[in-house]
Parts: sequence; structure tokens; C-alpha cells
Amino acid sequence: MTAVGVEVTRLLAGLQPDRRLDLGEHVEAYGPVGRAAGGPGLIEVLERSGLRGRGGGSFPTGRKLRAVATGRRRPLAVVNGCESEPASAKDRLLLERLPHLVLDGALLAASAVGADEAVICVSEDAPRTADALDAALRERRERTRLTPATVPAHYVASEESALVHHLNGGAALPTFVPPRPFERGLRGRPTLVQNAETLAHVALIARHGAEWFRAVGTRDDPGSTLLTVSGHVRWPGVYEVALGTPLAELVALARPTRPVRALLLGGCFGTWVAHEDAAGMPLAHHGLRERAASLGAGVVVVLGQGTCGLCETAAALEYLADESAGQCGPCVFGLRAIADRMAELADGTAPPGSLEQLARWAAMVARRGACHHPDGAVRLLRSALDVFAAEAAAHQAGGACPSMLRGAALGLPVHHRRGA
Amino acid sequence: VSARLRVNPIACTAHGLCAELLPESIALDDWGYPILDERPLPPELLDHARRAAAACPTFALMLEWRDRG
Repeated sequence: MTAVGVEVTRLLAGLQPDRRLDLGEHVEAYGPVGRAAGGPGLIEVLERSGLRGRGGGSFPTGRKLRAVATGRRRPLAVVNGCESEPASAKDRLLLERLPHLVLDGALLAASAVGADEAVICVSEDAPRTADALDAALRERRERTRLTPATVPAHYVASEESALVHHLNGGAALPTFVPPRPFERGLRGRPTLVQNAETLAHVALIARHGAEWFRAVGTRDDPGSTLLTVSGHVRWPGVYEVALGTPLAELVALARPTRPVRALLLGGCFGTWVAHEDAAGMPLAHHGLRERAASLGAGVVVVLGQGTCGLCETAAALEYLADESAGQCGPCVFGLRAIADRMAELADGTAPPGSLEQLARWAAMVARRGACHHPDGAVRLLRSALDVFAAEAAAHQAGGACPSMLRGAALGLPVHHRRGA
Repeated sequence: VSARLRVNPIACTAHGLCAELLPESIALDDWGYPILDERPLPPELLDHARRAAAACPTFALMLEWRDRG
């Protein structure tokens, strides 16, 4: 895992190339948390800061805290450090190298909503992350209020309702909502579920204030963000940039190893963007939403020319079909049908009319699961059929794949992890 | 108030009774799972909708009442 601080060095200011910052080094690098920083006043500061969640949903953080704080019972806080998106590495980087930043944020957010405890979740297939977290917790006096937990390593386990269900002793599967966790979550109490990076930002906003946070980024998308760049680049890794930075600049920083064909924004849950369309796009929630794209959990995969985006997408959809929680019919059968047809298309053996059939299934499956898993898969499929329309037509015609290589730019896990 | 159809997709196991009883508002997808018309139900369909919800073997189909507006 490499990490390069570019443009902005805020979260990653204290990052050491080879080791975790202990508590003393952390305080030296980032300064102490002021005595008055936490408590209910922090919610207003976060609202003014304009911070949005960095786990993929981009929900305004201050508003979420306020919703949890206004519940009738005493809330609990949950830190989501599972990072189930295969192409994302930023939360693991934070928890392994700068865990005290996340722990500061967890304690501050908990105090802001009146929670007496925070549970910190990491994936059970990330033992190094769990070890780093344990070591950091041993250094904290507040450790009685901080509980580590491991979560099964499948894609939907880190979905908010699945996470809460797992911590409540159930399976790590999404539940039929409402009630949402902020209303009734862990132990039936209002539960604040926040992504690890989001809480690291909270730790810095509590130190330096809303205006400091807004000093970088754009008016609508203030602050910096962590992005995991992978694919056909010389320097893959986690980058910190100001929101609003042109996508093209980030890609240039990572040094593509070939001319770029397309970018996958948001990972498996995301959207393909053709390179020529990406040129003017800003890395920002608002600028991308108008183009029906999003950064998701901050993932940018660079696909070089000579690699077939349709074949890459077929692999990603196979993974997503396998990772269905298996609870909702349209997701179980729909994603399987889509993945199988995409595999045939990639092989050049798909029956006539397959592109139309795929579009039909996409419409049929969208918004029909208890969670957004099928929606993410459908979004990926639709953007692939759009951006790689020429490749798709060639595959449908049964000819050779127009690309020279079938690469593994996405870096999907080789072994599919099943079960809850 | 107005009523809308809602299905718990986790509970639904594609018996398909609802689409038989309320074809005006419920179609089945390629795998037999219901696709609901999510607009407020017209008053003349309310009784049929109640019957369809009551007939669901897994209690997955429900009527959701909302204040109009």
C-alpha cells in the first residue's frame, strides 16, 4: 500500500511510510483535541463545515448526527471500517497507520450525540487492521468506551443495517428498513454509523473548526478527501486531494502506464466514464451527480486502452452476483441472470438481442432489493453498456474481442468470499 | 390519507398470489417476483389490495397508509 499526499495534506499529514503512529506521535503530529471540542456543540460545527460521509452515501454528516441525537434513547456510535469495496484501501490505511485519528473522531462524534460507547468494525479478513486497532486501543485511556468488532468479509456486510444486525447478534445481512439505524439500531438504541474516514475528518474539524475545513475544496463540496487509485497506473495507492480537483489531474498524478480508455468511479458499485468525458469532471459529489456518477467510497480505477471494459465489467458483475446476500429474489435471480449473460457476451457466445435483454433486466432489478446492492450492480452495467457500446456491439456480433488484452485492472478478489 | 402497496423483498418468496388477485397494480418479473405500481391505490382497488395483502403466504405484501400531500 503506497500513500501519496498530493495537493492537500490534512488527514495524511502525519503518515509515516512504514509504521503506525502511536498516541504520542499522533498528538505531536495533529495537536491535542481541545477540551471544548466535543459535546452537542460539535454538531453545529459539523453542519457548518459541510462535511459529507465518505463511505459512499455522501450524506451530510452534521445532519446525521443531529438525527441520532434527537432520538429518545441514549445513542450508540458505530465506526464502519470494513471497506468491503475491493478497490478501496483508504479506510484500512487510516486504521493501520493513523488509527488515533479515527478513534479521536469516534469519541468526538459519540460525545456530540450523547453516546457512551463506540464500536469499531473491521473486516475479519483484515487481521493487520484489527491488530493495529487493538494496539492503538491499548494506548487510550478511553478504551472502555471503545469496542473493536470484526465483521464477515462479504460485500453487503458493511451496509448500515447489515452491520447493526450483525452487532445485535444476527446475521451480517441487510434488514428490511425502516426503522433505519439512526432511529433504532444497536441494542434498539439510535445508532450513529459513520465511515472511518468521515470520523478522521471529524477529528480535524473539532481541532481546527468549520472555516478551516472549508478553506479547501469547493463551496458545495468543501474539504479534502481520500481516493484509492488503481488499475493501469504506475503509482497506485491512496491520494488525498481537495474536493473539486479535476479528475484528469488526479489521474495524471498516478501516472497512467498506457493511454487511458475509461475510468471506473466508485468501484464495483460505481460508474464507468469514458476518458474524453472525464477530462472536465471535478472530483466532487455535486459535479458528478449531474452526470449520474459518484465517487462512492472514493475509488478511481484507470482502464488503459487495449483492455476491454466489457470483459472487466463481466468480471465485476460475476463478483457482485456472488456477493448478493441471497435474501431478495430480484437480486438473487436478476444479478445471476445479468452476470451469466455478461459472461456469454464476453465470450462472444451471447444469443442475439442480449444487449436489449440486459437493459431490460437492469430496469427490472433496479430498486427492488432491501438494500442498494442490486442498484449498484445495475448502475455499473448501464454505464458499461453506454461507455463500451462499441465493444458490446462487437461482442454481440460474436467476433473477437476488440481489445488486445483481458486485463485485471479492477483487482477483484480471486477467491469469492461467501456466507454470512 | 392514501394507501400504497409495499413489499418486503426479504420475506417474499414468489408465490405470485398477489399478481393473480390484483393484476391492475402488480405484475411479475421474469423470476415470479412482484413488481408493484407504487402510486397511491385508486379507491376502487382498495378492497382487492387488502385481500391480496391478506392472501400473501409470507406476509410480505402490505398496504402503507400515508397522509396525502
